Amino acid sequence: MFNINVFYHIGRYMLMMRHLFRRPDKMSMYWKETARQMNDIGVGSLVIVGIIAVFIGMVTAVQFAYQLRGSSVPMWYIGYIVRDSMIIELAPTFSCLALAGKVGSNIAAEIGGMRQKEQIDALEIMGVDTAGYLVGPRVYASIVVIPMLVILAAFMGIIGGYIASQLSGFISDQEYRQGLLYIFNTRNVTMMLVKSVVFAIILTSVSAYQGFYVKGGSIELGHASTQAVVFSNILILLADYLIALLLT
Amino acid sequence: MIRCENIKKTFGEQEVLKGISTIFEPGKTNLIIGKSGAGKTVLLKLLVGLFAPTSGDIWYGDVNFTKLSDRERKAIRTQMGMLFQGSALFDSMTVEENVRFPLDMFTNLTKKEKQVRVDETLERVELTGSNQKYPSQLSGGMQKRVGIARAIILGPKFLFCDEPNSGLDPTTALTIDELIQGLTVEKNMTTVINTHDMNSVMEIGDHINFIDKGELAWFGNRNEVLESTDERLQDFIFASPFLQRLRDAALGKKSQSV
Repeated sequence: MFNINVFYHIGRYMLMMRHLFRRPDKMSMYWKETARQMNDIGVGSLVIVGIIAVFIGMVTAVQFAYQLRGSSVPMWYIGYIVRDSMIIELAPTFSCLALAGKVGSNIAAEIGGMRQKEQIDALEIMGVDTAGYLVGPRVYASIVVIPMLVILAAFMGIIGGYIASQLSGFISDQEYRQGLLYIFNTRNVTMMLVKSVVFAIILTSVSAYQGFYVKGGSIELGHASTQAVVFSNILILLADYLIALLLT
Repeated sequence: MIRCENIKKTFGEQEVLKGISTIFEPGKTNLIIGKSGAGKTVLLKLLVGLFAPTSGDIWYGDVNFTKLSDRERKAIRTQMGMLFQGSALFDSMTVEENVRFPLDMFTNLTKKEKQVRVDETLERVELTGSNQKYPSQLSGGMQKRVGIARAIILGPKFLFCDEPNSGLDPTTALTIDELIQGLTVEKNMTTVINTHDMNSVMEIGDHINFIDKGELAWFGNRNEVLESTDERLQDFIFASPFLQRLRDAALGKKSQSV
């Protein structure tokens, strides 16, 4: 039964995603909706992503300072570790996990609400490609803005690491900068961007899927919203592992 | 004209429609009436293609709608308008944006041309001056008018209304009925209304399809309702003792005058 359900959902998800590759009914309408979504997802998430990244950077710096204390590894390595940890793993993964909670649940609730109020039926009767129009712009918008948010998160995390190291005084300003400038591999940035694009597609499309096919009332809508966050988070972490295997 | 030929629909083990054959004529208000759970909404959703029939055919003119692919259906769907029970207006859009949406999506009219069309349509449904209001700022009756405006803005050949009077007071319900009937005649649309509002039946029922337990139990017009001997129809239409007394009084008066 579990296997049948899994294949049923995968199949239906694929059928929904197929609409993203169809020619839009009216490009200007899709563009307008994509711009609106870019604003909602991007601008609306700046603060939360920034705050989370600063604290993650601070915690990373403090934890590594604790680990390096008494070892033969120089303390200026903290800057290096914070930088690469943020770029390779923490900025894309933590930001997208947080966005799955904020943006993903919002997408599921918004589309699910439209389904329950018969707005999706109304669009369908007009002749609109509903999956393409409702899911497509959200996915396209996230592919553009989520990598930008992740880049911002990486910067904010590095700043967070600097703040923590200065507040606790375990390394000097100059030592932190020395670590930041130590061996920089641009491949890590590529990996960050690949992850952010893949995670963006996962979190928006999985959440949209949960909302698009919701049935029932407010309890089911709440359930769909929760499922959107849970499945997005699990799939983001699975994808994180697969990308790490492929790109490292 | 829309023609249904032996439409059957089952959900799992349950047969909701048991072979409905009927026609819906242009320029007329065609009603589908029946008790809750009789299969009215399922029939309406089959007509607009939101459900697929288990068997049987639905013809729009000489086109078999049930046999068309999604893409082929699109051409017919642009000739359809639908008013939903809850109006189904887009919450984040103003009245004007809601009404303009089909024009934005399916036409290449200029901004000015669209504005003229929207203003004319809003005037026709008596909503002039409400352009910038949001659905949440409107009464139930006004929301229905916006829904009607959005449904007719592209000049559809077919108008479908699902319980257009639900949640409205009798006076507002009557004005909505008159508006739909007026538009139907004016634009020569094939209008199909799913209702269990008896005022609508008696006021605007040009063609009435009475569905009972998934079957077409009676077909006629509003003048024939009173004189029908079909017990199921009589039990449904004149369910309360008050309405039964009214019917008896009306029939008594009629026989006296004869």
